[in-house]
Amino acid sequence: MMRRALPDLRHMLVSTGVGLAALGLLMLTLFALILCVVPPVGGPALANTAGLARRLADWQRRRMRPAILSPYTAAPGRIRDILPDPTFWRDTAWLLAGGACAFPAMLVWGLWPSGVQGLVTPILYRLLPASADLTFQALPITTATRSYIAVGMGAVILVAAYFLPRWYRRGEALLSRWLLSPGAAARLSARVEQLVETRTAAVDASAAELRRIERDLHDGAQARLVALTMNLGMAEDMFDTDPAAAKAMLADARAGAHSAISELRDLVRGIHPPMLADRGLAGAAGALAAASPVPVELEVRLERRLSAPVESAAYFVLAEALANAIKHAGAARIRMSVVDEAVHIRLRVQDDGRGGADRSRGTGLRGIERRLAAFDGSVTVSSPPGGPTEIEAVLPCGS
Amino acid sequence: MRVVIAEDLVLLRDGMVRMLTAYGFEVVAAVEDGATLADTLVSLRPDVAVVDVRLPPTFTDEGLRAAIAARREVPGLPVLILSQYVEQVYARELLSDRAGGVGYLLKDRVGEVRAFTDAVRQVAAGGTVMDPDVVAQLLGGGRSAQLATLTPREREVLTVMAEGRSNAAIASRLVITEKAVSKHINSILTKLDLPPSDDDHRRVLAVLAYLGG
Repeated sequence: MMRRALPDLRHMLVSTGVGLAALGLLMLTLFALILCVVPPVGGPALANTAGLARRLADWQRRRMRPAILSPYTAAPGRIRDILPDPTFWRDTAWLLAGGACAFPAMLVWGLWPSGVQGLVTPILYRLLPASADLTFQALPITTATRSYIAVGMGAVILVAAYFLPRWYRRGEALLSRWLLSPGAAARLSARVEQLVETRTAAVDASAAELRRIERDLHDGAQARLVALTMNLGMAEDMFDTDPAAAKAMLADARAGAHSAISELRDLVRGIHPPMLADRGLAGAAGALAAASPVPVELEVRLERRLSAPVESAAYFVLAEALANAIKHAGAARIRMSVVDEAVHIRLRVQDDGRGGADRSRGTGLRGIERRLAAFDGSVTVSSPPGGPTEIEAVLPCGS
Repeated sequence: MRVVIAEDLVLLRDGMVRMLTAYGFEVVAAVEDGATLADTLVSLRPDVAVVDVRLPPTFTDEGLRAAIAARREVPGLPVLILSQYVEQVYARELLSDRAGGVGYLLKDRVGEVRAFTDAVRQVAAGGTVMDPDVVAQLLGGGRSAQLATLTPREREVLTVMAEGRSNAAIASRLVITEKAVSKHINSILTKLDLPPSDDDHRRVLAVLAYLGG
């Protein structure tokens, strides 16, 4: 019984707090709206109060079960952006309605102390001197009989205190959902915005990749081949006059050719690992684990071949996360898993290294994010200082 | 002969220094980025500069721009540009000041050691050396009806001429007599409305200017 009552009570207390804060913000919002007649003052004031209201509304959204999606796409900007925005007005309406909810919430949780007071009234009646005007819920407790009536009342109040929060919470959820859910238009525009963002990221990522490949070829293989022709040309020229020097040149040329070949090989492998093409993600993950200087415990539960772009992205995520663990974490053991969950693939890379991986600093993690964004995938990073680090990516792939 | 080399990749820079030194050039400076190149050229006044188009910090056409800037300071400062790719635009910019003493070759040509060192000397002497690929592109543009009037043999002669070769070199390349070469050349100049001239450099420049528009 208490297992249910305590969380309920806590919820009601928080609702009261949120409601009172909402009322305060409502006042501020009205004030900021009035200030909007002087745009240089009103603009920042409105943007700030709208920002606060959003934070409060988002908190309320998170409190609901299931949580309500946040409708915001961009930070509140200028007056002319805020005022026509239906989301702003719905938030404001919620400030009023949610603020009004604070009072019933207060009443409901206030039933607990009042009920308890009813139960202990006979004791109080005994203990307190007659001169202390004891009343319970407007009932003056002047006789022992009355003190027992108070016990009955207290019991009824307690039963109400136990059951009412459920009704309250239901009502609150309905109201919040009605006012705080993103409207169809907001949902659509959020989705469009997200798609534009991820598309741009995908295009940028591929352009950067192409630039990198071009640079690698130009500075690597191409330069080596030019040096090679230089050596060969000189060797050819000295062939009759200085055979020893020519021979040395030829040896140089051969070494250069070897380097060019291995550079090209690495580059090709970086573009699209042959193992991935031949054996799919499972095989390529195995190759990654085998090539790692740190022991990798690999778990692969994947029986099918995925589409090439998904495979390539998944491989990139694994390779990048593994490289991070090896390079930055100083890990002694790494666990890597690839699990097929029908509609998506779950990739996990855990290491026992020093942790402290930071999305904002590590370009690797951001690269992973960008790469996944194009597929509506997501990555979560848990890396407390001191480790362990766990990077988990979910990549939708359609079954 | 004093040479300045501009090349950002150590491997090639060293190779080039070694090669040019082996063939009797004196490498007075080997720079690795565009910013120092122009200053070096102006202050050292080498007999010829061998410059990679693509240099740090931008890795675009830094080398070319530095060379052109240096030639503004020192007109006719001989510059041979090397590039991994043929870019007509670059060739045109290089030729635009009509001062001669310029060359534009694909990087791979450094492997043809003799031809390459000859090209460096030719540019140093104020001549013009264009990569056959550049010439092919310029000719392949089919830019004018006048080009279409050339006979196949005249086109061959024009191609070799545009590379910056002398009459003797054209004759040996096409296996014809020098007299035949000069006859072809006169016919070409007439067909393209270019002033007749016996000076190799001037003639090549005129042809290239014509081709480059």
